[in-house]
Amino acid sequence: MKFKRKGFNKIGIISILFWIFISSFFLSVGNGVVKLSPGEIVKSIFFKESSNFQIIWNVRIPRTLVAALVGICLSLSGVILQGIMRNSLAGPNIIGVSSGAGLFALIILIIFPQYYYLVPMAAFSGALFATLIVYILAWKEGAQPTRLILAGVAVSSIFSAGSNALMTFFPEKVSGTINFMVGGLSAITWLDFKMILPYAIIGLISSFFLPSKLNILALGDEVATGLGLNVEKTRLTFIILSSLLAGSAVSIVGLLGFIGLIVPHMARLLLGSDYRYLFPGTILLGASTLMICDTLSRVLFAPMEIPVGIIMSIIGGPFFLYILRQKEGL
Amino acid sequence: MAYIETRQLTVKYGEKVALRDVNIKIDQGSIVSIIGPNGSGKSTLVKAIGRSVKVSGGGIYFQDRDILSLGNKYLAKEIAVLPQIKRTPKDLSVENLVSYGRYPHLGFGKKLTRTDKEIVTWAIENTGLSQYSQRLLYSLSGGERQRAWIAMALAQKPNILILDEPTTFLDISFQVEILELIKELNKTLGLTVIMVLHDLNQAARYSDEIYVLSQGEVQHYGNPDSTIRENLLREIFKIEAHIYRDEISGCPYFIPYKIT
Repeated sequence: MKFKRKGFNKIGIISILFWIFISSFFLSVGNGVVKLSPGEIVKSIFFKESSNFQIIWNVRIPRTLVAALVGICLSLSGVILQGIMRNSLAGPNIIGVSSGAGLFALIILIIFPQYYYLVPMAAFSGALFATLIVYILAWKEGAQPTRLILAGVAVSSIFSAGSNALMTFFPEKVSGTINFMVGGLSAITWLDFKMILPYAIIGLISSFFLPSKLNILALGDEVATGLGLNVEKTRLTFIILSSLLAGSAVSIVGLLGFIGLIVPHMARLLLGSDYRYLFPGTILLGASTLMICDTLSRVLFAPMEIPVGIIMSIIGGPFFLYILRQKEGL
Repeated sequence: MAYIETRQLTVKYGEKVALRDVNIKIDQGSIVSIIGPNGSGKSTLVKAIGRSVKVSGGGIYFQDRDILSLGNKYLAKEIAVLPQIKRTPKDLSVENLVSYGRYPHLGFGKKLTRTDKEIVTWAIENTGLSQYSQRLLYSLSGGERQRAWIAMALAQKPNILILDEPTTFLDISFQVEILELIKELNKTLGLTVIMVLHDLNQAARYSDEIYVLSQGEVQHYGNPDSTIRENLLREIFKIEAHIYRDEISGCPYFIPYKIT
């Protein structure tokens, strides 16, 4: 029986990713205007006895945890979409999540700024709404991946045009929307953590059930049907799930969709295409990536803070191009 | 009662009728080939039985029960389908592919049990792939790759195996190898086989029963002797041919000499 041996390397990589995840946590909590040692952080968490307790407990930890959960939600959303579309270039943006969330949030931020507290809810419903439209438009006796992607591109550009129109009509109000449009983690509190936690938990639980379905879906619709999978139903539930995950994330931190495209890619390079390994890898890598990028956004130009979305794209863009040149297919 | 049959089966792609009132009856343990010119609907027929295209009229019955009333997982344990177009992730090994055949049998946690693993090993052995089980599908020859897919279908432990053009794109030696394997599995495991074949002589050589489709309708069915006939070849396949008989197998075969 050689069943076990093959998986060993991948399990090794996943354990390394786990250590990177833990280190990223301490790196993120420990760095900023005030530097803190891991010992001090642990002491503060467990014994609440540190002069920096306030900073650690009320500023750094919620922010770091939200970064981790947002990273998990967006990356999971990406890996699920890449699975059902059978296209490694698919990401949360492809089903209209960013453009939908963006337009709805802008409507609040620009036209009804007095209701600014509704922005997360608006962004969330915008993300789901756009996804729904994409799915309906792609439907023709089933929603084929190619049609979904094309519908996604079309719907995204329509929604983005709406956003751009709003910004053109109300140029004086644009500055107030930048933080949302590029995505940032400043001013994150425990409340944000509580808002995103349920979705992250749904994502984590689902990662126990999804991989085997995505694995057989990768063999083609007909093979998957022959193996007893209801392909259409699976595709619809998975699209809704990824929209929920990505929508909950962008509603809190703004349009950070790019991470959902590159993290699953990195995981795929490290672990191959078997979703049973890809899911844990994506979760750990997604959380680590956003925690590290957020740390950089605070540290690089301290005391000034740049939105993490900019860091993500500056580092992620070239990295993504590098991957594209290295590997074809996968 | 037929083991699996279609009754007045009609399939439409938009306005275009791909199958019209198709009735086929297949007995348990037989090998049935579906032949026909391009666009005759033969692929659509096996896709319909494999639940990959929507049925517009009539129905498909397995042991007298409408398959639409049967669960997906249940059907996957009874009927294995190998479509012509299959996707293979680049880093998929033979053993992993075959283990996916256990999908309909897996429980809530989707973990392979010891029985599942034994069946995977059994399926790999039965298709003569033991020494390749750790190899990547991509590194194999076309014939070996097709055998790996058949092993995946076997791992479903089905009673019916449906194959859409299992020999297309293969070298002649691999074609024979695959057809011999299918015949072997039919004999040893009692698998009922339904396959679409392009090569009429191969259909005659390996089938108990042949259905001839043209323009979405069944034009003829019967044993190879009744199918490989000059007038049928002329009317449906538009060729003039001389018909011979192989002395050892007793099978009819033909050599075309011009188009009609």
